[in-house]
Amino acid sequence: MFTTYIFYFLSILAIYSAIMMLMSRKPIHSVLYLTLTFFTIAGHYILLNAQFLAVVHIIVYAGAIMVLFLFTVMLLNLNNEERSPKPGWIKMLAILSGGMLMVVLVGIFRTYDLVVSYNPHLTQIGLVKNLGKVLFEQYLLPFELASVLFLTAMVGAVLLAKKEQI
Amino acid sequence: MKLIVTLIPLLPFFGFLILGLGFRRIPKRISSYIAPGTVFLSFFLSLVVFFSLLRQPGSHIIELFNWIRVGNLSVPFSFLIDPLSCLMLLIITGVGFLIHLYSVGYMYEDPGYNRFFAFMNLFVFSMLILVMGSNYVIMFIGWEGVGLCSYLLIGFWFRNQSFNDAAKKAFIMNRIGDLGFLLGIFLIFITFHSVEYSKVFLLAKSYPIGTGLLFAVTLLLFIGAVGKSAQIPLYTWLPDAMAGPTPVSALIHAATMVTAGVYMVARSNLLYALSPATMLIIGITGTATALLAATIALLQNDIKKILAYSTISQLGYMFLGLSIGAFTGAMFHLTTHAFFKALLFLAVGSVIHALGGEQDIRNMGGLRKSMPKTYWTFLAGTLAISGIPPLSGFFSKDEILLTVLTHNIFLWILATGGTMITAFYMFRLFFLTFIGNSRGTDGNRTKAHESPPVMTYPLMMLALLAAVGGFINIPQIFNGSARLEKFLDPVFKDGAGHSYPGYYFSGNYDEIMIIAVPLILTCVMIIFAYKRYAIEQRVPDEQNVLSKPFLNLISHKFYIDEIFDFLFVRPVLWLSKNFHDLVEIKLIDKLVNGAGTFTIWTGNKFRYIQTGHVGFYLFIMVFGIIAILLFNILIF
Amino acid sequence: MQNIVQNIQTLPISYYLFFCSGLFCIGVIGVLIKRNALVILMSIELMINSINLLLAAFSAYSNDPAGQIFVFFIMVVAAAEVAIGLAIIVVIFRSTNSLDIDVLNKLKW
Repeated sequence: MFTTYIFYFLSILAIYSAIMMLMSRKPIHSVLYLTLTFFTIAGHYILLNAQFLAVVHIIVYAGAIMVLFLFTVMLLNLNNEERSPKPGWIKMLAILSGGMLMVVLVGIFRTYDLVVSYNPHLTQIGLVKNLGKVLFEQYLLPFELASVLFLTAMVGAVLLAKKEQI
Repeated sequence: MKLIVTLIPLLPFFGFLILGLGFRRIPKRISSYIAPGTVFLSFFLSLVVFFSLLRQPGSHIIELFNWIRVGNLSVPFSFLIDPLSCLMLLIITGVGFLIHLYSVGYMYEDPGYNRFFAFMNLFVFSMLILVMGSNYVIMFIGWEGVGLCSYLLIGFWFRNQSFNDAAKKAFIMNRIGDLGFLLGIFLIFITFHSVEYSKVFLLAKSYPIGTGLLFAVTLLLFIGAVGKSAQIPLYTWLPDAMAGPTPVSALIHAATMVTAGVYMVARSNLLYALSPATMLIIGITGTATALLAATIALLQNDIKKILAYSTISQLGYMFLGLSIGAFTGAMFHLTTHAFFKALLFLAVGSVIHALGGEQDIRNMGGLRKSMPKTYWTFLAGTLAISGIPPLSGFFSKDEILLTVLTHNIFLWILATGGTMITAFYMFRLFFLTFIGNSRGTDGNRTKAHESPPVMTYPLMMLALLAAVGGFINIPQIFNGSARLEKFLDPVFKDGAGHSYPGYYFSGNYDEIMIIAVPLILTCVMIIFAYKRYAIEQRVPDEQNVLSKPFLNLISHKFYIDEIFDFLFVRPVLWLSKNFHDLVEIKLIDKLVNGAGTFTIWTGNKFRYIQTGHVGFYLFIMVFGIIAILLFNILIF
Repeated sequence: MQNIVQNIQTLPISYYLFFCSGLFCIGVIGVLIKRNALVILMSIELMINSINLLLAAFSAYSNDPAGQIFVFFIMVVAAAEVAIGLAIIVVIFRSTNSLDIDVLNKLKW
């Protein structure tokens, strides 16, 4: 029961902050609401006993990506871009399509009984030691390639954002 | 035995391959030995087969391999060695070898020397396949092959467009006949469930005389023969085919290819004997052709065209012989005709070669002194074709005439008339060419020389054969042994003697008298020709001919070519032009180009989807995902 | 941490399924509604996160670490993607001085 309450609390908080992200006028508010969402999702990870993922999630997303967003907004002074609203019918259509997607997905999930073992106790695979073992034994190559990927992204970002030299 | 029989057609085929593939590189010295050499070897092997057949009479079937086996249809690739095919083998390879030898001299200056011999070898190969096949399909392979080679060789000097047209004409008219032949084969297969001669003839014996089915089969096969052997109405290709080199005319259009139709009818003698109506049609066609061609030849001035019409006429005689059941007589006449007609053509070639290409007899004359060997051999050939004893033509024509008389006296009168006309125009040709003063140009007079030995030797051989070839089948009246008849008896015993009901002349007659009458009349015609052309030295005069309407008609070949052109050629050309204009341009091109135009049009209309607006793209993506999900749910 | 962990029990997976679908659809709506390119990028990040959570949930329920490894690599890719995306946004802003996607429609017919 305790688990269920925490789950509900976190979920409602996540959905509330997501909707507020969409509905806020200024971009800086959206960034802050998104960060709140990320924290709630980190809480969900802990509920699943995915400890490593929770910590990495906070470090990467809330610590790096959101900071990047904040820097972009603040340094380029994008805050005064109050978005001119789209035509009402487009907004209605968008909400409708999003809602339809939700309905379809829910329909799918209700139709099919997912046979997943209902394990009353949490698994241990989310622990750092276990995850690390799997990561470095089975998935070593993707791990190394990820570093190459980062290198490429770094080079790309720097190259793109350079000012044109006359 | 199997090896020998297989080698007979294969040797010329190898000759064709070697010369055909290496025609640029093989020097003339070598190919002069290859081409006649292969045919000579085939002749030698044919002699071996002939003697072994004499020792062990009967028909042998030699199967090479199983060619077609589909459902009910089984067509093995096998050869049949029996007296009839053996006779044809000897003729083809023997006369063919002599003509090849002659061509070495005749075509030596020609740049297409190797190509010529490649085609000639291919022709010999096809003709051998035709006569050696043991079923109708193999015969048809050879049939088509000789048609092809005829086209290739008639249009040998392809730079001249009129020669190409002549070759096309020959091939297309042949094709019309081939359609009938093919339909006949289909009908045979449907009726007898086999195309092998042995099986078909065995099954056909159980049919009564005069059934519609056999009538249809034999008529269709005869249509093929009409095309190949130049009978009415498909004969107009043969005079035009004289556009080819003279050895080609000798081999193909005198001795072998045009006799394929006769061979085919002789082979199917049982089927024809069971269908008197077709025999009647063959008889009418043959006689009409004989007379028509002889008449046209009276007023022709091109030396080769006279011989071409003479060939058509003699083929008419052969078909006449076939139609009254005289199968041996027709085959005998085929043999002797091969000898003397090839001889005549080669001698004419010698004349043309000596005069540097002159072919109009009005410009010839007085060649007796300058070309003695040609003169004497030509005389032998002319005597043979006129039926003067003791040359071969007399015996063969006589046998046909005798059988005609016992069948129908009216036909006999017509046939004798044809013989007289034949004698007249042949001697007209002879006298105008060799006797008297030379009417040619001065250059021709001095250039005229006797041909080299490589050309005169075959002439002499053929003259010898034309002279003594008749002795293979002297009828019993002269106390002869009738060897050919006995030899061919196993093939013809079922069919010989049967024909359509005729008015049998049953009166008493003295056979010697009956032979003498046509002979005397022929001699009268020869004397008449002698008086007119040798003594009075009348040159055929164009004005004289055109002024008299009947002569005008004959000299224009009864306008048959023009009639065919009007009836058949022009409508087809009109049709094709209209198809091109209406169907091709307006319909098909529109369709094909329309596909491209349609693609461009839709592209033009569809490119407005790319609005450049990212929001729009995202919308469409989401819709697409929803659609896919829905689709999957609803289907499963 | 261990004390907390011992008191936590597992929930039926359908809870996580519905929650993540909800987050995902909110992200989709955000992508379609908003005009600011930056906010659209943030909505995409929201969608990615919902998927991450779902993967981790399935991994925990199936006792298969592959799911969490996959989440790890998705985070790697997301981080790189955000870096490049922001660089592109910076360039666009420099050249057109606007981040409104309705204005950025030059790549058309």
